[in-house]
Amino acid sequence: MVGDAISHAVLPGIVIAFLLTGSRDSLPMIIGAGLLGVITTLLIEFFHRYARVQADAAIGITFTWLFAIGIILISVFAGQIDLDQDCVLYGEIAYVPLDLWITESGLSFGPRTLWTLGFVTLLVIGFIVTGYKELFLTAFDPAYAAAIGISTTVWYYLLMTAVSLTTVASFESVGAILVVAFLVGPPATAYLLTDNFKTMLLFSVGIGIVAVVIGYYLAYWLDGSIAGAVATITGLQFALAFVFSPTHGLYFKRRRTQVA
Amino acid sequence: MILQVDDPVVEVHDLTVSYDRKPVLWGVDLTLPAGSLVGVIGPNGAGKSTLIKAMMDLLPASSGYVRIFNEPLKQVRKRISYVPQRESVDWDFPASVFDVVLMGRYGNLGLFKRPRKADKDAAMQALEKVGMQGFADRQISQLSGGQQQRVFLARALAQNADIYFMDEPFAGVDIATETAIIELLRTMREQGKTVVVVHHDLQSASEYFDWVVLLNMRLVASGPTQQVMTQELLEHTYGGKLTVLSKVGDLLRKQEFPARETRRQNNVIL
Ligand SMILES: Nc1ncnc2c1ncn2[C@@H]1O[C@H](COP(=O)(O)OP(=O)(O)OP(=O)(O)O)[C@@H](O)[C@H]1O
Ligand SMILES: [Mg+2]
Repeated sequence: MVGDAISHAVLPGIVIAFLLTGSRDSLPMIIGAGLLGVITTLLIEFFHRYARVQADAAIGITFTWLFAIGIILISVFAGQIDLDQDCVLYGEIAYVPLDLWITESGLSFGPRTLWTLGFVTLLVIGFIVTGYKELFLTAFDPAYAAAIGISTTVWYYLLMTAVSLTTVASFESVGAILVVAFLVGPPATAYLLTDNFKTMLLFSVGIGIVAVVIGYYLAYWLDGSIAGAVATITGLQFALAFVFSPTHGLYFKRRRTQVA
Repeated sequence: MILQVDDPVVEVHDLTVSYDRKPVLWGVDLTLPAGSLVGVIGPNGAGKSTLIKAMMDLLPASSGYVRIFNEPLKQVRKRISYVPQRESVDWDFPASVFDVVLMGRYGNLGLFKRPRKADKDAAMQALEKVGMQGFADRQISQLSGGQQQRVFLARALAQNADIYFMDEPFAGVDIATETAIIELLRTMREQGKTVVVVHHDLQSASEYFDWVVLLNMRLVASGPTQQVMTQELLEHTYGGKLTVLSKVGDLLRKQEFPARETRRQNNVIL
């Protein structure tokens, strides 16, 4: 859920970076949004720990507030910048192939986002592989982790940095709605399908890819929004798993109780 | 009755711990002898969990300090193990029994290293010690409360530490398991390890522990079991709660009987 908050809260960071540099270059935006991501995490921690607000309330307050600032900034400066609410909310997947990375000598490397997202993907995979056991332990039992000398704070902030980075890199092309749909949807579906943590990670990725492919053709067929169609598919996947999952689904649970 | 020892394994000096600037533990000053089974006893909300967390530096102290093996905490982390109160984690987390026990090896592995065969063997041995080897592949969400407790214990055992802090390891376990666990703790003591246990049952406490710490926001007593588990000190610890007080009296009278006898009576009554 903190990931959800971050994906909304980075908006003002992106807008401010855009206002300051006046370009839609990825780097300043990633830095701006990354900073906001860390600020969000700190704010949530602050409200929760020192102001003693409940965790979910702290998250809710922080991200709605920051997201609102982002939207206000966009509408105030709307005339001057080519960053509009639609683009922020839904992204511009359809235009990704047009935004090519062309070197000065005129050599084309294909879509620019492919490279930024590819790089971030490798970074995140590297992070998960090297820090797997620490992430696993601090997520399950932070008190024990701290007792045996594994810093929960360090790993929490590393994880949140990875979430911010992913969010920001994806933001530009897919927009806020799809970022949230992807952060929450496929993992929730995978959680219903398996009890093994590693399998869950792999399932999430697979489920995400399936959603994108089906969603894309759905949008093509309906001639509708790609982001909207993909988000719908992730919702559908969750509903299917919720009912038909062999381990946690309603259908099989009902059958099992009838047999028993 | 606060007895200090020479060459202590744990030295707590003038420790005050607060939540939101409200102190829940006041000026605790105690030392624990090496190679002993220590019971920490007191009513709900007395600060028992708080004390052992503060001993491991999991909570910031408002004042005072803790030393273990005569060193600051940072230097001896790898020699410390902890069995948290069972309710402190989410048992629906997607992990198997073996995954959780293997966590006991993480502290010594260090960053970037994956568990090796030796670690897996140690985890399996720990599961055998608590009689859970048949459950290695079971999802932790499918365990009973007593089995969860044994998994936590196995994780601590797999760590092979020198001092163990256990928060209510006997909560919700049956009498057979409790006896098995206490046997295990006694073996560990024979190997020179120190085990600090938060415990609620006064009856069995005098039977299990060599050293008892009585706590109720302040330190009431710390010393050898015989000298600490007295009517007067217990009344002082549980003071004001009349039902508890009469029960304490009952229990102390029962101490006249051989331990096994009272144990059986107790089982029938409960
Ligand atoms: N996270 C917290 N924030 C604020 N107050 C707390 C917190 N944890 C504990 N307390 C308070 O500190 C006091 C001591 O709590 P602690 O958990 O140490 O008691 P305990 O002796 O372990 O009790 P129990 O037998 O119920 O486990 C209690 O009054 C409790 O309300
Ligand atoms: Mg407690």
